[in-house]
Amino acid sequence: MIPSRFAYHAPRTVEDAIALLQSHGDEAKLLAGGHSLLPLMKLRLARVAHLIDIGRIEGLASIRQSESSIHIGAMTTHSELAESELLAQRQPLLPRAAIQIGDVQVRNSGTLGGSLAHADPAADLVPVLLALEAELRICGPAGERSLAAGDFFTSMFTTALAPDEILLEVRVPLAPANSRCSYEKVPHRASHLAVVGVAVQIEFTADGRCDQARLALTGLAPVPYRALAAEASLRGKTLSGESIEAAAQQVTDGVEPLSDLYAPADYRLHLARVTTARALASLAPL
Amino acid sequence: MTGTKRGSTGQIGARRKRVEDPRLLTGQGTFVDDIQLPGMLHLDFVRSTHAQARIAAIDTSEAAKCPGVVAVYTAEEIHGFVPLLPGPAELPGLRAPEHHVLANGHVRYVGEAVAAVVAEERYTARDAREAIRVDYEPLPAVTDMERALEADAPLVHEEFGSNLAFELPLGNETAAALEEADVVIQQRMLNQRVIPNTMETRGIVADYRRSDGQITVWLSTQAPHLIRSLLAELLDLPEHRLRVIAPDVGGGFGAKANLYGEEMLAVALAKQLGRPVKWIEERQEHMLATSHGRAQLAHVTLGAARDGTIRALELRILADMGAYPHIMTPLAPLQTAAVMTGCYRIPCARAEIQGVFTNTTAPDPYRGFGRAEAAYYLERAIDLLARRLDLDPIEVRRRNFIQPEEFPYSSPTGYVLESGDYEVCLRRALEKVDIGALRQQQGRLRSEGRYIGIGFASYVYRAGFPSLPKLPRTGFLKGGWESAWLRVDPMGKVTVLTGTSPHGQGLETSLAQIAADELDIDLEDVVVRHGDTASIPHGNGTMGSRSLAVGGSAVLLAAREVRHKALRLAAHHLGVEVDAVRLEAGRAFLPGHPERAISFADLADLSYSFLDLPDGMTPRLEASATFEPHNWNAPFGTHVCVVEVDVQTGEPKLLRYVAVDDCGRAVNPLIVEGQIHGGVAQGLGQALMETVVYDSEGQPLTVSFLEYATPTASDMPTLEVELTETPSPLNPLGARGVGESGTTGAPPALVNAVVDALAPFGVEHLDMPLLPERVWRVLHEAGAVR
Amino acid sequence: MQISVRVNGKQTSAEVEPRTLLVHFLREQLRLTGVHIGCDTSQCGACSVLLDGKLVKSCTILAVQADEREVLTIEGLAPREGLHPVQEAFQECHALQCGFCTPGMVMAAHALLSRRPNPSEPEIREALRGNRCRCTGYQNIVTAISAAAEKQSKREAQP
Repeated sequence: MIPSRFAYHAPRTVEDAIALLQSHGDEAKLLAGGHSLLPLMKLRLARVAHLIDIGRIEGLASIRQSESSIHIGAMTTHSELAESELLAQRQPLLPRAAIQIGDVQVRNSGTLGGSLAHADPAADLVPVLLALEAELRICGPAGERSLAAGDFFTSMFTTALAPDEILLEVRVPLAPANSRCSYEKVPHRASHLAVVGVAVQIEFTADGRCDQARLALTGLAPVPYRALAAEASLRGKTLSGESIEAAAQQVTDGVEPLSDLYAPADYRLHLARVTTARALASLAPL
Repeated sequence: MTGTKRGSTGQIGARRKRVEDPRLLTGQGTFVDDIQLPGMLHLDFVRSTHAQARIAAIDTSEAAKCPGVVAVYTAEEIHGFVPLLPGPAELPGLRAPEHHVLANGHVRYVGEAVAAVVAEERYTARDAREAIRVDYEPLPAVTDMERALEADAPLVHEEFGSNLAFELPLGNETAAALEEADVVIQQRMLNQRVIPNTMETRGIVADYRRSDGQITVWLSTQAPHLIRSLLAELLDLPEHRLRVIAPDVGGGFGAKANLYGEEMLAVALAKQLGRPVKWIEERQEHMLATSHGRAQLAHVTLGAARDGTIRALELRILADMGAYPHIMTPLAPLQTAAVMTGCYRIPCARAEIQGVFTNTTAPDPYRGFGRAEAAYYLERAIDLLARRLDLDPIEVRRRNFIQPEEFPYSSPTGYVLESGDYEVCLRRALEKVDIGALRQQQGRLRSEGRYIGIGFASYVYRAGFPSLPKLPRTGFLKGGWESAWLRVDPMGKVTVLTGTSPHGQGLETSLAQIAADELDIDLEDVVVRHGDTASIPHGNGTMGSRSLAVGGSAVLLAAREVRHKALRLAAHHLGVEVDAVRLEAGRAFLPGHPERAISFADLADLSYSFLDLPDGMTPRLEASATFEPHNWNAPFGTHVCVVEVDVQTGEPKLLRYVAVDDCGRAVNPLIVEGQIHGGVAQGLGQALMETVVYDSEGQPLTVSFLEYATPTASDMPTLEVELTETPSPLNPLGARGVGESGTTGAPPALVNAVVDALAPFGVEHLDMPLLPERVWRVLHEAGAVR
Repeated sequence: MQISVRVNGKQTSAEVEPRTLLVHFLREQLRLTGVHIGCDTSQCGACSVLLDGKLVKSCTILAVQADEREVLTIEGLAPREGLHPVQEAFQECHALQCGFCTPGMVMAAHALLSRRPNPSEPEIREALRGNRCRCTGYQNIVTAISAAAEKQSKREAQP
């Protein structure tokens, strides 16, 4: 319940934070909302010599709209995502997933950037960003770069962030007109982490067929993934029992499933298909 | 009503708000961790990371060097001044291992304390604990009872030659009855290991005053006097200089009715070091090292006639003793056997009990201790029987209920049920759920591919233990009696001292209601004190659903005595015979002569003036009383649970939960209902989600709330609770226990409901907890779903 | 490290080790012992307080993170005399037994009603997911929060 000793830094600018990361190397860790890192430190599963609190840097927590996208600062909390009017109207998939994270207290503290950088295989927001083909804006000593969400998550608890880089912002496109979305989750009874989570956004044609379906799953594999085969199978189809079933069967294609006490591999695969079918069914026109 | 005077203030039976709430609601409660003493040290423990290992070496040198560390201890260092922990209750043939406070060269479960560190600060103690190096030589371990009894199983205690702790048969002969039965059902049923998980973990502050040898201990406990006796005996301390205080206690559920090694060590170290010592358990330590609950397995055999009349019941019970059984650990299966025939007329019943050592922390009392297990086996078995005979499970229960005129009823396993009316609870429960309409709806939905299940459980258990000579010697419980002391201050305000030790039960309110009712004064004029051995002469604590029925009866007897004395004093003062005086609404008076009266407050004042007393009367309105129940009382009830199973995911969803419970006279129905709510939640927790899981090496995989689920608000349905009141003839209040009703009724009701929902798929039994994956798998394997 | 936190309306400066958890700072340095610790994995919610008006678990925040911010604990919720409407409702509805989870539970209820004055029963249950109780089965807690909502909205409806 008590972390080991560390030196605490509270830089006021991104540049200072990066400089601190550079000077302390492996011994440093960024503290955002703290809801992934502090629990690990308290159990002494993570040891940090230099803790760099980026909570005092101005301007990292905002949600704003540009012409074709919404820009979300990395320090935006899950609650802010869940309650954002702008997102509710222009990109509702994010709030629908954010409201299902943890509990009120966790959502009030936990941040988008912290969750992404932690890269938990059961994270709720990761599949959303994958489905939306989000862009991540990252800053390092050499300046800024952008990375597609699909390239950011490299393996379990590991991202493409260099040790001296900071995630600044996530850009998601506005939801297309005539699209519907859903985030369907089976939570673990104890931890409330996703055993399986399915993020889906479908753009419909004027006559109610799937034009572009985007589907991503969390909880199932070491890294959340886009279910491209399932997406393709829906193209041009109306959402019917048959097309939904066909797509649901394909979301687990080629997946090496995670397995644990609560959901062994075969059950997890089954849940993924059932959950996908339910997510798709919820988007079908009445 | 047996001998209860109903006062005009009508306190008994009133839904009074609790008097303990304002302090707890504003953060002014005092829990152990809130206590800070000058110079206080902090104790922390290194715990075994192996289920079984030889300790090759412990290196404490680094830890000892940490700044702020006062001392580091291993078994060797405490050898001279810390004794062994008490062994289990003495059962015939029971093999009791030595139970060291710190592992003595060998560890036998993950979480066993290996070394201790004492430091100036909590944070430094935690750092130093990290710096202690233990070199283990791992050995094979066994955590499963059935495996533990196999010939080639690893031995928990090498010296015993097997993992069998004891064997005991109870009951009469069943073989002939089973032979003659038209139908015999057999089922292996697991009552899985669960963790009490009181919201406040264990904790202690121990203080030693060198100048006069006074020791004061603040402990999160259910039984301060028992702890005092144990500490005095074990540490050879003068009992009169030892004060144990149970301050506000954040839940117990049976797990805090025992003296643990960490606690005894804290007291010994306070004395050794001459400074106060605090230890607060972490949640992970609670999950690893505090006693667990249930951990029982039974092979159930039930024989019946074709019409559903039960002829015989047999249980072959395996009871988990853990590695080092606590005092009460072996008593659980005896409790199970005692009440195994429940509320039914079953002429032949027999239990074959085996206690089994495993590489785990020992189970001990947990809300429903032994009796909840019995109700589970029996209520499940009755549903299996009904299914086999194609009878309505309600009718099978009815057909076998002991009828009101059959009491007292002696069961084949030696338990005498005093009274009851099982039909009345069942009938009310069925009315409340509207069983006819519900079953129609079930049928309709089933044809639409939705699976609703309705589960019933009618239970009886035994509460408020007596001082039966047959009880095995525990070296712990001094008896089944309870005491109360009542005194009236000169201003007419009343203080009640009770030997019970509430930790959430609201006894400060309900015991005050009893006293206020008997003396016919306002509730606000009564204060109840508890949990401090310096002011309460003795008591047996709060456990086993005893406090209201037994402790409350003692309060009633004390209040009655004070009432009689007040009447005698009033008669003397008013110059009349005692029979002519009435005590009502805060005054004593002569009926028909309202001017001839004296207020209760003036009477109290008078009682302190020696010269105003009648001849032979001692000053002061005060009395003490002890109540000894001559038998356990028997709370009963029927619970009905309605679920819908999502057959795609296997998840059972609770639709309704109806509980009709009888705890005899309900002194405060608001509190009684709260007891039912909480018990049902724990029972549903066991049935739906709670379980301790070990891997093949004996590592527990459920060590935090991230893995071990307890119900949250959104897991719970609305609980519909109703009370019936069948007074118990065993105590002057007419009360029965209630604390364990919920954990007894809920598991069978829920499991019966889920199994009923899955009847179309041929599912007859599922072991708890009914986690979605387990339900899905049985459907999947039956070919019912993909 | 020197921090300055406004706690229950009072500005407080203190020296803390950076690793000090907010809950330990509140309990041990400020002696606000109504803030409880029930787990070590940020699950149980007994330590819930408001930080700048938002419900948080003070076991998963460093005291240094609260520097220059405002904290409200259970000790600061009630007026000087009497109880806050949520506390009143908890007593009236018997929404507490052992009382250990109660301060966190009350803070969670208060935070919920500040955001949503008239929550539905499922909303209440959902809002309590981060607060565990082992005694009450949540039944009377849910009832109490509904009752407090009703009482507060009546009070506000009056001129």
